[in-house]
Amino acid sequence: MITSTATATATAKAKSNFSRNLFWSILVPVLNAILHSAIFIVLRDSEINPILHAALAILWGVGGIYLIYWSLNWVVEKYSDLWRRRIQPYLFVGPAFLLLSWLLLIPTIRTLYMSFLDASSTKFVGLANYAAIFTNRLLVTALRNNLLWVLFGATACIVLGLLIAVLADRSSFERIAKAIIFLPMAISFVAAGVIWKFIYYYQPGDEQVGLLNAVVVALGGEPQAWTSMMQPWNNLFLIVILIWMQTGFAMVIFSAALKGVPEDMLEAARMDGAGEIKIFFRIIIPFIMTTILSVTTTIIVFTLKIFDVVMIMTGGQYDTEVVATQFYRQFFMYRNFGYGSTLAIVLLIAVIPVIVFNLRQMRKQGGF
Amino acid sequence: MRRRPKRKGSKTIVNIILAFICFIWLVPTIGLFVSSFRPATEILKTGWWSVFPHKENVTKDQIQLPKDTDLRQPIEVNGTTYTDDELRSGVKAPDGSVLIWENRRGRTINVQQSGWKMNTSFTTENYKGVLTGKQYQITDTDGSVKTKKGSGLSRAFLNTLTVSIPATIIPILIATFAAYAFAWLRFPLRKTMFVIVIMLLVVPLQVAMIPVLKDYTALGLNGTFLGVWIAHAGFGLPLATYFMYSYISQLPKDLFESAFMDGASNFTIFTRLILPLAVPSIASISIFQFLWVWNDYLVSLVFIGNQPGVQVLSMKIADMVGTRGNDWHLLTAAAFVSMLMPLAVFFGLQKYFVRGLLGGSVKG
Repeated sequence: MITSTATATATAKAKSNFSRNLFWSILVPVLNAILHSAIFIVLRDSEINPILHAALAILWGVGGIYLIYWSLNWVVEKYSDLWRRRIQPYLFVGPAFLLLSWLLLIPTIRTLYMSFLDASSTKFVGLANYAAIFTNRLLVTALRNNLLWVLFGATACIVLGLLIAVLADRSSFERIAKAIIFLPMAISFVAAGVIWKFIYYYQPGDEQVGLLNAVVVALGGEPQAWTSMMQPWNNLFLIVILIWMQTGFAMVIFSAALKGVPEDMLEAARMDGAGEIKIFFRIIIPFIMTTILSVTTTIIVFTLKIFDVVMIMTGGQYDTEVVATQFYRQFFMYRNFGYGSTLAIVLLIAVIPVIVFNLRQMRKQGGF
Repeated sequence: MRRRPKRKGSKTIVNIILAFICFIWLVPTIGLFVSSFRPATEILKTGWWSVFPHKENVTKDQIQLPKDTDLRQPIEVNGTTYTDDELRSGVKAPDGSVLIWENRRGRTINVQQSGWKMNTSFTTENYKGVLTGKQYQITDTDGSVKTKKGSGLSRAFLNTLTVSIPATIIPILIATFAAYAFAWLRFPLRKTMFVIVIMLLVVPLQVAMIPVLKDYTALGLNGTFLGVWIAHAGFGLPLATYFMYSYISQLPKDLFESAFMDGASNFTIFTRLILPLAVPSIASISIFQFLWVWNDYLVSLVFIGNQPGVQVLSMKIADMVGTRGNDWHLLTAAAFVSMLMPLAVFFGLQKYFVRGLLGGSVKG
């Protein structure tokens, strides 16, 4: 009798708990949605002082995301132990997963699907877009230029990075030298574009204010409009910018790897009378080979996706178009969604093996 | 571990080669910096390197030849004869000075003496010009004073800040929550979800861009700060999650057990224990994400657009490159303004900066 009453009370309590929890579980997300869309609309449409606007927006962005987690967690903490343990992990992972699904996972599938449709995404054309990649002049040029970027850009970054790392290791001002070489990595490609556009600047007449032309004139040559001459070799002048920016990346990693070469190994080789160059090629290079490979692949991925430099320097004119810029052009200027998506997928396919390789390497070395 | 220098001589050679490379690496940035302070009138007349001491021929005197001098015959000046071609490119006279035509038709010759010179006219007008959005006065190339509309870069600077700060904190908070759950909580589908996150590391932005843009247009998120925060958050999440996971999963297990014993909830453990412990990792990945967003051009180009209320620095400068391609005094100043933040981060937080950039190198 007593037990059954207890059970009944417990059931009633559980029921009221359940309805109370349900109430909060619905109210809190709804309140969140209303609050944040209200702030969004107010901020978007208000004509207040820009500084105040910026401050409010930042405050909302940063505070809002915390508020969402905190309020939803407050609801989950009300649940029974069992349910809390079941639900809470999804509260932690959920936002990340939802965001990723919306912004990356589903779009990738949609883009893949679009790559089989025609220019206006209405008719199924099978592999016609993929065939066009290898026949359409514009697209072939883009592919060829990307190849040039990878071939020259990546190679130069690796060789120079390694050379500078070795030199820095033996010099008397290692830290400063490394900082100087690494510095360009911090700035944007847009700013770098302005810097190098000025270096390549050509004006008719005797006085050249662009550094490269001034040097050429001083050496007795003719000034040139570098980024538009001798196609397709003008691409090399754009690639130089990549080299200037990315060599620092290669150098820093190589430098760390070089420090890991055991001193006694080098000492033993020196005892045996091996020269520095022989030591470098026979001992150091094999020892840091995995590092070289992973840096190479990373730079290749970076190079495949190059976009900003080309946009700023030439806008893709003079046969300097690459896959990423051609993608942009197909979508936003020619409105050819079929070609655009196909180029994006080609980029994805090109990048996959390289990154898989990289992640494996990283895993072997125990993460970052 | 310092390597023992083998020979004194070889070390000197190494130092010289390295110094030379460093010099080449620095020159582009120095050129930009110097140019951004030079007046518009100078910047297209002389190279920026002329601000450093250099030898230059300075006109000391002029010689007026008879108007009827035949230019096809050898020309006699001060007792020596020269050809017309020589005088055109400048020729050394016996006393060491250089003779060059000032006005060939008027038959005047400049006598130039080589001497040390520095171009030291600097100005902050360029910065005033790019930073304000209001009218400002500028001395133009021909010396006349003109009123021009400023580029409004300070507004773009503010916008970039408004984009970058939340677009850094939002994804990293979300990623750290997820990383904690992946590392220390057990739940169905954990493995599958984690594998998907890792797979998404490889997806280049371009692949996702267009479908997202369509959704944005439908939702009215295009050209809003919220829209670009979400975009950057989504595109930065796989890397941030992976980065944070590799750190949080390495934390000792006892840490959590004792906290659980004390009755702390997961949320408390996360905010009171994990976040403070993960500060170095969070700093590294935050710096990477912050600079990525700050320097980004593609995402802003597609999702923000050109309205002055939301336009960011990179867009603004790209715009100026297109419309004011030869106004180098403005372009260099604008580019330098955009570099201020990255340079400050670079010099202020170098340790985290390098680590973040290396970790971020796999970003899709």
